Amino acid sequence: MSAETPALTVDTMHKSFGQLEVLRGVSLTANDGDVISILGSSGSGKSTFLRCINLLETPDEGVVTVAGETIKMRRRGDGRAEPADRRQVDRIRSELGMVFQSFNLWSHLTVLENLIEAPVHVQKRPRGECIEEARALLAKVGMSERENYYPAHLSGGQQQRAAIARALAMRPKVMLFDEPTSALDPELVGEVLRVMRALAEEGRTMLVVTHEMSFARDVSTRVMFLHQGLVEAEGPPQELFSGSTSDRFRQFISKERG
Amino acid sequence: MDFDFITKTFVRLLAALPLTLSVWFLSVVLGGLIAAGVTWMRVSGVKPFEFFARAYVMVFRGTPLLIQLFVVYYGLASLPALRASFIWPFLRDAFNCAVLSLALCTAGYQAEIFRGALLAVPHGQVEAARACGMSRLLMFRRIIFPIAMRHALPAYSTEMISMVKSTALVSLITLWDVMSIALKIRNDTLVTYLPLILAGAIYFVVNYIIGAGFLALERRLSPHLRPRPS
Repeated sequence: MSAETPALTVDTMHKSFGQLEVLRGVSLTANDGDVISILGSSGSGKSTFLRCINLLETPDEGVVTVAGETIKMRRRGDGRAEPADRRQVDRIRSELGMVFQSFNLWSHLTVLENLIEAPVHVQKRPRGECIEEARALLAKVGMSERENYYPAHLSGGQQQRAAIARALAMRPKVMLFDEPTSALDPELVGEVLRVMRALAEEGRTMLVVTHEMSFARDVSTRVMFLHQGLVEAEGPPQELFSGSTSDRFRQFISKERG
Repeated sequence: MDFDFITKTFVRLLAALPLTLSVWFLSVVLGGLIAAGVTWMRVSGVKPFEFFARAYVMVFRGTPLLIQLFVVYYGLASLPALRASFIWPFLRDAFNCAVLSLALCTAGYQAEIFRGALLAVPHGQVEAARACGMSRLLMFRRIIFPIAMRHALPAYSTEMISMVKSTALVSLITLWDVMSIALKIRNDTLVTYLPLILAGAIYFVVNYIIGAGFLALERRLSPHLRPRPS
């Protein structure tokens, strides 16, 4: 990949659910090493935006390009958009690591099995190599002791750290975090944020939908604030947090600080 | 107590067990395959398929198995067109009719068990599978089926046990299963209860083994549902 090719670009994305326009033209460019926090009150479209990037939701309009490769879309008979090539979507999804609010580890598999599932069966990498790499990742997120545990036997914070390791096991080009700490007890939030901070520091490209203002302010390289489906404010956190021109953003951060 | 009579009766009943078990085994396997098809139609999202699957389940769950068995064995045989067709050599055999009608019936129940098990697969886990690039087939094979199967096991073992008992009905279409041998000994000897009690004991033991087998399978497959290791 040449230095000029962004890790991810999204061009004017639109998405409606029935009459409700959730995204009204949102664009984004993430270069390698960017950590972009996506903020917004509930209903602002921030989770939908993230989910449209890997097509968990199908955007109505907009172009997603991952490391130079554009996801091919087409129109169905009724005018709605759909992916033109499922295999391409599957391949691009495997290059985007997704971390969910509710962890979504596979309940019938142990932590280690969760980590090697997709590398072995989607990417068809040798099992032994996957296990080795998975163990290294578990060590990184502080879960080595728990590799043979089932998700139900772990705390929320442990499950989320395992889920982050599962996403990393795919060697993704970009990591997508969808409110990764919102389902956690307050005392467990810190351990997950520490892992995410470590990933940011090693130069991972990350998109993080979050309510954690301290993470947005201290860790991200850029902040994007969505309001009613549009980008209301965007920029480096130092600039935005020290006096954004957007009243809504100032209101939002004062509320979030409580 | 006439131990000699008990032993002889028991041995004769046991000799009929292979027939009972083959009707059972073949019908639940065939029924499982039909049920897989019906379930697929039911969740396909294609209206005519969905309608067919719902109707299928309603008819076969809603009518007595005995009537279904008689319709297949006597009813189909009374259709001249069918007697002339290539399936007649298959359907003229009472054993095949028994397997077929038991399979059709259990398929209705199994399809509902499968559907419930599929619905119980947590949506988030399916989404996680999609998000890491699994194709639909891979996702079904590696995530949806293994989770759904574990959900289905308790209800499925009940259906398997219920089917063992249902095979007793095939005694009414000339097959020499455990039940019909018991009835024959009863008729021949005028000993009223003993043959029935012995036959009941045989069904009980078979069902006990099936139940224990499924329980063992459930335990083996579901360590994640047990308390965490200390």
